[in-house]
Amino acid sequence: MTFRATDWFLLSPELFLTAAGLLLLALATFLGKEKDEFVGFLSFLAVGVTAVLLAIVTAHPARQAGPILAGMFVVDNFAVFFKFMILLSIGLTILASIGFVEAAPYPSGEYFALLLFAGVGMLFMVSGSNLISIYVALELMALSSYILAGYFKGQVKSTEAALKYFVLGAFSSAVLLYGLSLVYGVGGQLGLTELAAMYARTERSNMIVLGILLVLAGLLFKIAAVPFHVWTPDVYEGSPTPVTAFFAVGPKLAAYAILARIFYVGFPKFHADWGLIVALVAAATMIWGNLAALLQSNVKRMFAYSSIAHAGYALLGVLGFQTPFGLWGVLVYLLAYTFMNFGAFALVIFLETRGYAAETVSDFNGLARRNMPAAVVMLVFLLSLAGIPPTAGFIGKYYLFTAAMKAGYAWLAVLAVLASAVSLFYYFRIAAAMFFSEAEGARIESSFALTAAVAVCALGTLVVGVAPERVLAVLRLCVPGTY
Amino acid sequence: MSFLQQIPILSIMTYVPLAGALVIVFFIPKERTGAIKAFATVVAGLDFAVSLPLWFAFERGKPGYQFVERVSWIPSLGVDYVFGMDGISLVLILLTTFIGFIAVYCSYTAIKERQKEYYVLLLLLQTFMLGTFCCLDFFLFYVFWEVMLVPMYFLIGVWGGARRLYAAIKFFLYTLAGSVLMLLGIIALYFYNTTGFLGYRGLGHPPTFSVEKLTAVAAGMPAELQIWLFFAFFFGFAIKVPMFPFHTWLPDAHTEAPTAGSVILAAILLKMGTYGFVRFSLPMFPEAIQTAWVANVMIALAIIGIVYGAMVTLVQKDMKKLIAYSSVSHLGFVMLGVFALNMAGVQGGILQMINHGISTGALFLLVGIVYERRHTRMIAEYGGLARPMPIYATYFLVMALSSMGLPLLNGFIGEFTILQGAFARSFWWAFFAAMGIVLGAAYLLWLYQRVFFGEVTNPANAQLPDLSVREQLTLAPLVVAALWIGLYPKPIFDVLRTPSEVIVRAVGGQTAPPPALASAAGKSAAGEKAATANGVPR
Repeated sequence: MTFRATDWFLLSPELFLTAAGLLLLALATFLGKEKDEFVGFLSFLAVGVTAVLLAIVTAHPARQAGPILAGMFVVDNFAVFFKFMILLSIGLTILASIGFVEAAPYPSGEYFALLLFAGVGMLFMVSGSNLISIYVALELMALSSYILAGYFKGQVKSTEAALKYFVLGAFSSAVLLYGLSLVYGVGGQLGLTELAAMYARTERSNMIVLGILLVLAGLLFKIAAVPFHVWTPDVYEGSPTPVTAFFAVGPKLAAYAILARIFYVGFPKFHADWGLIVALVAAATMIWGNLAALLQSNVKRMFAYSSIAHAGYALLGVLGFQTPFGLWGVLVYLLAYTFMNFGAFALVIFLETRGYAAETVSDFNGLARRNMPAAVVMLVFLLSLAGIPPTAGFIGKYYLFTAAMKAGYAWLAVLAVLASAVSLFYYFRIAAAMFFSEAEGARIESSFALTAAVAVCALGTLVVGVAPERVLAVLRLCVPGTY
Repeated sequence: MSFLQQIPILSIMTYVPLAGALVIVFFIPKERTGAIKAFATVVAGLDFAVSLPLWFAFERGKPGYQFVERVSWIPSLGVDYVFGMDGISLVLILLTTFIGFIAVYCSYTAIKERQKEYYVLLLLLQTFMLGTFCCLDFFLFYVFWEVMLVPMYFLIGVWGGARRLYAAIKFFLYTLAGSVLMLLGIIALYFYNTTGFLGYRGLGHPPTFSVEKLTAVAAGMPAELQIWLFFAFFFGFAIKVPMFPFHTWLPDAHTEAPTAGSVILAAILLKMGTYGFVRFSLPMFPEAIQTAWVANVMIALAIIGIVYGAMVTLVQKDMKKLIAYSSVSHLGFVMLGVFALNMAGVQGGILQMINHGISTGALFLLVGIVYERRHTRMIAEYGGLARPMPIYATYFLVMALSSMGLPLLNGFIGEFTILQGAFARSFWWAFFAAMGIVLGAAYLLWLYQRVFFGEVTNPANAQLPDLSVREQLTLAPLVVAALWIGLYPKPIFDVLRTPSEVIVRAVGGQTAPPPALASAAGKSAAGEKAATANGVPR
């Protein structure tokens, strides 16, 4: 295997982000605590440059030559979509973190460097077209995430979150790896397209099915689907809130990307074997995620369960993988979910950095009087999360419900819409607190960086909701293997 | 009038309140409450003025939709922005702009807190309601239908009574739960029209959400699928109406909402449900509706609603709750008329939607007026009010009589026509419905007796000021409307005739000459034939 000049070019976004992360790590040893904000903006700049490089790569015809690095790395439209989404989520996380990580008594260089490394891992994950490259990239992302969860090492909850995340994450990775080894053992191929070609000629055997199901279990762990969700509430509650916001979006995007790639490209033949299991998992996830969220008093835990429920909705799209319609459903939904979920978390961060614990719903009391625009924007995110038109969340859910109907799972679609209606109850507890309760305390203002992050999310939520045509047209090009 | 055909008059009418709301948000500071009220009133009045020419420009007797606007919105899904109206939409649109105007200026003294947000929400709500009545694309319809809940939720939750939080979320959740099932129905229709689903072969048409096209497609579906989809839509509409047993959100929401909120809820939001049945369920699922058990269930629910609603109303101690429960009974009448599936029933049902909007809206206003003075709505707190407030008592009497269906007032025309339609199908339907009228007279007259007659028992009521000029101005238009419909309903029947004929024909009923009150006997015979033709057991 030799590197060609175009290979270097196609890898340039990932290579640049890696270099930037390393540089930031080195730089951080020289810069003191007072330079935190500067380091944050520097890392944001790095993400911005990576996005520009990615745009250049996307526009260049060289990527159409197919997978590079002996079939390990592919820059198809599907990967490009996820790369942009991942860079968006990292960029938003950085904006939300500036001013937040200053609470830690040590310089924040490594925090931002770790975010960038997690980003590198995810960028490689979504481009992986080979079981090994996917797994290695996933581990890079996961290891960075474990450390990020425990970044506030002085706090017991943060440390607990890191430990839980590490132990359960490592376990799920092992399950995934075991599944991959079985899949490889039967198929004899590591590349996904080769594997699919090999399976097309192979008889169905229990070994293959076991391998597929183990891979599925490992990935369901990462997207926090019931019954593999138990780590989520604790990790989400204990991690620094910007990291929680990141966990709820970034790693899930990447996990859905490889779930889609492996199951859409690799195992279409065995849909019958995993279809019903995914359906049952989706049902359990939607029911339990929403019911448990109803019972939470802690906002972060509530959003943790809400994100579990949302993983359940997105699985409806996975069920529809026999047709591209299901795949588009997942993509549209992830797009909507990124904007609305991150936006909601950004508002939690806003309150937290303004001296409210943002632990119970009552911290939102009277937000409408303390900062009307913030309350209105939060309302938009909540409406979107509940799937009320005309927001991105509705368009996303619409696609998923149609995907489920189309795939023949009408009962699941009925369950999904009802679960979605129930979710309004807990989302609107926050709306009620913001608008109906009396204000306590004076008016509060947001920082520039956070305002920017919230504005991007709000704009995304509304544009996708009101004028989705352009976005949908682009997403329809994002099928694995399409350039 | 061709000028109206050339401009997107329906869109202009729909978005005038939205534009007004935005102006208030961005240009009027919240301290200037006087300016906010004045501006909101001007906007609502302007909107009524914009909607009025539709009444004159509308071509009676022309089937199909008029003033149609069509713009592509999400072409990849087949979603268009389509507005248009027929006679049924026309009367509901006029009711909306009329009540919307009154709702704005009846709130001047009732709302003292957060006035800016209040008027913004009222105007937003008006845009969404008008959009629901105007749009002819299922996707768009769903958008308006859902988003309408948001301003109403806040109106109840911020300015409502003691249990407002509970009432607001209950209202939202109930309605949402029904409408998401309707969404699945819409998706199923969409697939039936295109690629098929769940073993049903699609028709292979290009994707569309057009109400006109999908109505034709739905009517040709196999009966079994029609029944499934009828019930998917049924939940959306029946909860909104509300039909028994889905009515439990109504007394809470109506009672806790501020006066204008109750007026809008009763007068307009409930009509969304009945409008849905008339506009969508009937023409789309004729075979389902003519299936004996489905028809019987609908009629049974309507009659239970009439009688049970009236009986529960009878025992209420809170005036507002009493009026709220009476809506369950009145809307039962509307549903009975609609599901009688003949001209008299359908036209009467639609007319009764308007009547209920006028009478019940006015009664809520009246209760709101004494509530502002006394801060209680308990009937026991009042008594002998006719003495300190003679003008108020007069208005109340007129509207109560209108609500109970006294001849010469609007309620009589509606209830009579519905009974005509019901009688043509079955003596017993009409019998039970008539019992509802008797009970209706009982609860309203008893209420009136306890509140207005006799000596002033509670000294707090002795010095209550009578209606102010502004309060009279809020009520007088409603009285005029009630008298107009009661004395000369023909113009409204003229507007409703053609669209009703289309609907009745779609469900296999006869479309003999429209009901003239004089020829009631002849009509019921025609209706009887229709009933036999439908094959519905009587």
